[in-house]
Amino acid sequence: MTGGWTGKTLRVDLSRGVSSIEDTRMDWARDYLGGRGLGARYLFEECSPRTGPFRPANKLIFATGPLTGTSASCGARYMVITKGPLTGTITTSNSGGHWGPELKFAGYDLLIIEGKARTPVYLWIYDEQVEIRSAEALWGGTVWETEERIRREVGIPGARIASIGPAGERLVRFAAIMNDLHRAAGRSGVGAVMGSKNLKAIAVRGTGGVALARPRDFLAATWAKKAKLRTHPVTGTGLPTYGTNVLMNVINEAGAMPTRNFQQAQFEGADSISGETLGGAWSRQRVGEKVTEKELASSLTLANKACFACTIACGRVTRVSEAGRTRFQVTTHPHHWTAAGEGPEYEPAWALGSDCGVGDLDAVLKANTLCNELGLDPISMGSTLAAAMELYEMGLIRPEETDIPLKFGSGDALVGMVERTAYRQGFGNELAEGSMRLCRKYGRPDLFMGVKGSEFPAYEPRAIQGMGLSYATSNRGACHLKAYTVSTEILGIPQKTDPRVTEGKPEIVKAFQDATSVVDASGLCVFLTFGIGLPEIREEFIAATGLDVSMEELQKAGERIFNLERLWNLKAGFKARDDTLPRRILKEPIPGGPTRGCVNRLHEMLPRYYELRGWSKQGVPTGEKLLELGLL
Amino acid sequence: MAKFLKIIPERCTGCMQCELACSWVQTGTFAPSRSLIRVNIFDELASYAPYTCFQCDEAWCLQACPVNAIAIQPQTGAKVVIPEACVGCGLCTIACPFGTVFYDPKVSKAAKCNLCDGDPACARACPTHAIEVVDADGAGWVESWGQRVQKSFVEAYGALAAETAATAAKA
Repeated sequence: MTGGWTGKTLRVDLSRGVSSIEDTRMDWARDYLGGRGLGARYLFEECSPRTGPFRPANKLIFATGPLTGTSASCGARYMVITKGPLTGTITTSNSGGHWGPELKFAGYDLLIIEGKARTPVYLWIYDEQVEIRSAEALWGGTVWETEERIRREVGIPGARIASIGPAGERLVRFAAIMNDLHRAAGRSGVGAVMGSKNLKAIAVRGTGGVALARPRDFLAATWAKKAKLRTHPVTGTGLPTYGTNVLMNVINEAGAMPTRNFQQAQFEGADSISGETLGGAWSRQRVGEKVTEKELASSLTLANKACFACTIACGRVTRVSEAGRTRFQVTTHPHHWTAAGEGPEYEPAWALGSDCGVGDLDAVLKANTLCNELGLDPISMGSTLAAAMELYEMGLIRPEETDIPLKFGSGDALVGMVERTAYRQGFGNELAEGSMRLCRKYGRPDLFMGVKGSEFPAYEPRAIQGMGLSYATSNRGACHLKAYTVSTEILGIPQKTDPRVTEGKPEIVKAFQDATSVVDASGLCVFLTFGIGLPEIREEFIAATGLDVSMEELQKAGERIFNLERLWNLKAGFKARDDTLPRRILKEPIPGGPTRGCVNRLHEMLPRYYELRGWSKQGVPTGEKLLELGLL
Repeated sequence: MAKFLKIIPERCTGCMQCELACSWVQTGTFAPSRSLIRVNIFDELASYAPYTCFQCDEAWCLQACPVNAIAIQPQTGAKVVIPEACVGCGLCTIACPFGTVFYDPKVSKAAKCNLCDGDPACARACPTHAIEVVDADGAGWVESWGQRVQKSFVEAYGALAAETAATAAKA
């Protein structure tokens, strides 16, 4: 008997208003595992890379992995695979929470959305019963409102909902798909694709189960893994106590904190938006300090929260402070301003904070909550605003074009522009197109800080050489999640390497990219790789599915997934010249701080990287490579 | 020695490992919808609370059952459903004042926590020790829980409540 996968795929054609259940291609599942890999394989087969991201011909694929919905620690992830509107590349956006496992319990490995509904609809999946329901009354609502109303409408309290906010409806190019209120398949604008299909939400309830091939082995493997995660300093203490934002001070001290649209590499206000400040009395109590009840009551962090089956629990449950509620005026009034929200994680805190020069935690927290509520990716939001702020201060954006002065450090501009962007009001309409298109429009394409249309995340590639290569070669544009070399270059996991050295980095980036593809495909969360490695994942994978794969085969699967995505991008028209970094990163040295004078030396790494990958000088996988991976 | 599950909601992170473990024991698959311990999520209050059968002394489920399909297991004191005897009438699910006896539509029988013969899987699986197995005689946890409820009550109703509480204590 096999387990892990459910073996079924749900296909919904919104144009014709019909759905069908079919067998998952198990021959593909063997080669591409699931999640990111299997989804990419389906997209490769069924969707032309040349199609427009907002055309009905583009497909939106939700994919779970074989370990999603099992008791494997951090097995909560699902992937959204589609052609991204921000980049035009294949995009694979990942989210946790409880929605992915619920889809699995309903009996599906994948959910493939095709076509475009004529009027707004939402999808209600209750095991094998699938309905396309009208969402006319829900259209325009925020994420929280939508979830509440759908849950009431379907009448099942256990239903899990993934939805888009006003940003996705208005095709904001970096709109997110939100699930379980605060979890986001955030990057690359997958929410806009969902909006272009007139699909407001997908509600799922599953009462089935996920079976295992070798239960005894599986439980033994997960027990061992759990114990490891619990005792590891990062996954056992750091992340649960401070969340991902524990990185803020670490990265800032290393001089790798991009500030004011990458003009500086250290932010003087970093500590005021750090995980330690956000955690406040709550975190201090957790590490054993004595705190008074009064201090605890004023803490912005209320609790930590886990995704499904997670041992780490890095999620921050926070609330907007009194000052945040009253000082920054917005016209949308989420009726839950006083209730607990989630975040900011490190990336949003950086994008909305130091990249915009805002060191005011009240403003950052409110902007982040607004992003969740309206369905925006805070990384691209913050980065785009930062680029606009630079253009504004240079005088290229004239003061009369925007109703709020876009000055670096302005909390009002931050909170105000998040709202205007989601609703495409005023200057927000320009921001909604993303940083690349904004900078092009104002005649300074070099001020766009990103790769292939996707904005950089929170690590300065001039200070951390490996991250530069990782950004330049990531298949969905600049992204920190496809090869997180920060872990070796700054944090020293598994071994410390020098962030200023380029030697050896192509090897690391390739290895990380392949390993991350496996993690993403299996349905696990990349955070667990701080504590455990591929051998443990392999054990779980074998016990769950009954497929005896060797370490080499598993790594090969990761490589295959990465190459398949690359092929898709090449077919979409991307060339080796797109694997590059902005002029500022390559030519302008960092002006001050511990990393003063550094630039990214991509030219020292890229040729070697192509060689390692088995790609030609034009960045095209060679015939031998494709044969070796079974892609030809 | 009679046992029951002590639940400490402040420690819960809402990860559902207990539901996974329980459903595994019940069905041999991971199917949280059939778990006998359930995590309630109060998003607005940032609070998560697993709840399951208290194995209460009154055992209304046992008393309500028309065919005597609920019995007391001598080793643990757990009230257990005997599936062979259960006719699936659902009376016990109505009788339980805590709502912790469930009806499983897939097998048309009642289902409730049976303490896994004294070694509950949910307590083992919990990564934050929010579920503990304790002896029923040392039910000290009820006291601390009661005090917390009392405190929030006093905060809400002020002096009136304190007075009532004092009178009750005297009596």
